[in-house]
Amino acid sequence: MNALLSINGVSKRFRGLVAVDRVSFEVPEGGVFAIIGPNGAGKTTLFNMIAGVFPPDGGSIIFAGERIDGLPPDRICRRGIGRTFQIVRPFPALSVEDNVIVGALLHRKRVGAARAHAHDVLRRLDLYDKRAQRASALTLPDRKRLEVARALASDPKLLLLDEVMAGLRPTEMDRIVAILRELNRETGLTILLIEHVMRAVMALASRILVLHHGAAIAEGLPEQVMRDRAVIDSYLGVEAIA
Amino acid sequence: MPADVYLNVAVGGVLTGLVYGLMALGLSVIFGVVRVVNFAHGEMMTIAMYIAVTLFTAFHLDPLVMLVPIAAVMFAFGYVLQTRLINPFITRPEYSQFLLLVAVAIIIVNLLLIAFGPDAQNVQTSYAYDSFQIGPLIVDATKAYAGLAAIVVAAALFGFFQYTRLGTAIRACADNYTGALVVGLDVKHLYALTFGLGAACVGAAGCMLLLIFDVTPAVGPAYTLLAFVIVITGGLGSMPGALLGGVLIGLTEAMAGLLFTPSAKSMFAFGILVLVLLFRPQGIMGKRTA
Amino acid sequence: MIASLIEGVPHRALALLGALLVALVAAPLVAGDYLLTVLILILYFAYIGQAWNIMMGFAGQLSLGHALYVGLGAYTAASLYVHFGIGPWLGLLAAVPVAALAGAFIGFLAFRFRVAGVYFAILTIAVAEFARVGFDHLSWASGSSGLFLPVAQFTHNDLWQLRGHPVMFYYILLAAAVLAFIFCRALLQSRVGYFWRAIREDEEAARSAGIDVFHYKMIAVVISAAMTSFAGVIYAFYYNNLFPEQVFHISRSIEIILGPIVGGIGTLFGPILGAVILTGLAETLTAALAAAGIDLPGAKQVFYGICLLLVITTLPDGVWPWVCKRIGLAERNK
Repeated sequence: MNALLSINGVSKRFRGLVAVDRVSFEVPEGGVFAIIGPNGAGKTTLFNMIAGVFPPDGGSIIFAGERIDGLPPDRICRRGIGRTFQIVRPFPALSVEDNVIVGALLHRKRVGAARAHAHDVLRRLDLYDKRAQRASALTLPDRKRLEVARALASDPKLLLLDEVMAGLRPTEMDRIVAILRELNRETGLTILLIEHVMRAVMALASRILVLHHGAAIAEGLPEQVMRDRAVIDSYLGVEAIA
Repeated sequence: MPADVYLNVAVGGVLTGLVYGLMALGLSVIFGVVRVVNFAHGEMMTIAMYIAVTLFTAFHLDPLVMLVPIAAVMFAFGYVLQTRLINPFITRPEYSQFLLLVAVAIIIVNLLLIAFGPDAQNVQTSYAYDSFQIGPLIVDATKAYAGLAAIVVAAALFGFFQYTRLGTAIRACADNYTGALVVGLDVKHLYALTFGLGAACVGAAGCMLLLIFDVTPAVGPAYTLLAFVIVITGGLGSMPGALLGGVLIGLTEAMAGLLFTPSAKSMFAFGILVLVLLFRPQGIMGKRTA
Repeated sequence: MIASLIEGVPHRALALLGALLVALVAAPLVAGDYLLTVLILILYFAYIGQAWNIMMGFAGQLSLGHALYVGLGAYTAASLYVHFGIGPWLGLLAAVPVAALAGAFIGFLAFRFRVAGVYFAILTIAVAEFARVGFDHLSWASGSSGLFLPVAQFTHNDLWQLRGHPVMFYYILLAAAVLAFIFCRALLQSRVGYFWRAIREDEEAARSAGIDVFHYKMIAVVISAAMTSFAGVIYAFYYNNLFPEQVFHISRSIEIILGPIVGGIGTLFGPILGAVILTGLAETLTAALAAAGIDLPGAKQVFYGICLLLVITTLPDGVWPWVCKRIGLAERNK
């Protein structure tokens, strides 16, 4: 498989503190790639560099054969990377449908076509019946799915999910896991997720990268990573019990 | 023009600027803590100026002597305004707050118009035409007293925020609203105190400014704008920044009035504002955020 | 084209709108001179409020300096008329670009340097004030002594030169207000409208959704400024005199934005309803005070301020959303 996204020696420092330290990995096209690690490991920083929130201090990020590091978030999204936020931020005063139409309009000129596409996406994410509600009136699980829907509507090649399971009950989590698996299987959508919840990671990921203190300490198939000594010591040993 | 003319005008501008700075300090303190932009700031100052004028004409009480009681009255005004009217608006969008305070401003301007008429009023103190000579420098007594008083009041306010428990509590509120609630601070009361203090500042500044300028009901909006310009120039929320901004704007206005025409002086103040917004949006003394 | 305009509008609403339009078209036949001037004011503020609403209500950019665009439009067209005899409609070809450029200038500086929120609002005031003082000293536009147009003859209406009876201005403003309403509705339901609302709600999320925030904010400010300048041209030819102290003054900017805020920000009927309420309120107060024999300068404004306070403390979202809720009608898109 070809690499859709490749991260080559990417680093980021904040006021001298190294948040991400020469991390490299490749996300294969059509795969589900998970980044795990304890709090403060640099997951979100890495994520934000891919999404264009800030540029890396060193290294390069290549998406679909082109360098994207240093580009602003809107241009990165237009290249085909959709994202969600760790703390959800749908457009609160807009209806569920309008939220998704905004995403769908990115590559569609006509509102009618965007609305039709938005409806497809909403059905896929079990939100169609709530399409007329204001986004601010939704429950947290619904808002999380709405964020995924908005990102999906822009037809991304790569979907970045920032702790989309956080704060969800197990049944809700299974629902999203099922939706994401189906998406990946049916549309070939590549997914890169940052996740704390190991249950979801194991159910979804085809490859896992473990970050610790900003550095990649292990990468590979889920079963390999779970047996990795360094990973158990630094991360799983403490948190897998919890 | 000889050099000492420039110097005299410059010193006058700096002293007036200190009073501007005190006025802006009130705005800055309110914004820094309550996060509400007081669009009725200049109008509140005209209230204080009219109280001072009335006391002077009726009882010959010097505005500087009456500074403390007038500031106290303005404090009460600000406290009540915040608790009764503004507090429900602190979580609302900016335009909503703006409209509320514009309504307050309209009411203030026109109540003053009804009470005092449209004509300019001023105070003729015994030292109105005195001046001090320091070497080649000639300083108007009114400006010197006003500028000194502004420094004293600003220092007192600064001391309050730095060294008293109440001041520390207010600063805690400004830094972390939720945290302040969690540790059990009465945020509503502290906000009202802050608004009161801001109003007291502008009240004191009004007393001082009355020594230098006339007052009409219509000058309120102009002072509101001036306070904005100063506060943004100096750095919104920064106390030293407000004073520095005041001095800078006072100096600019004075020099522009001398070199060009007095009526164009506010253009220069706005010019400075635009430059600051573009090249140092956090203001001269402001902290850079993210 | 026409079909897409009325698509999705309930028939009852269409019938009501049609009846309202007929009433407005017929109004000058029955209205006296006084009522006509009031209606002209309402239409003027409805039009200009719609223009301001594009920036604030749609795109979320708080402009407190819209008097700048009124003034630039008014002064450009009036100066061309006074100095070169160029009529207002040709003058519009200069006035609109001038105001649009000014809007683009403010927008470019603010949005490039990430000047936002309160800071942006104060930047817009500052530029308007700068223009006010600047025009005071601009002798080509007669400076602070004011620019005067030859007073209109009411005997015949010259639409081409905008010289004539107030009825002519009434119809021009009515057409402008109706067109502005239709235009804004189309904007709101277009791609641009969706992107504006996304930016208004959450700029960072909008950027992450692929929206070129700078680009769309620029479109908003330029359209808003251009539309506003047309009102300025009409202002100049209706009042026939211009003073920088009046047209550029911050209180003019505030007047412009009160209507949409009171009516309901971001809604299409808000600016219209707000204009009706506020102008109606001001005129009623004048009449009531006159009837009560109170002749105090300022009394009217005090009541006006108090009413404003009451409206915003009781109906923070504006009157129109409240009306919608009461009659069980939901205006989309807010």
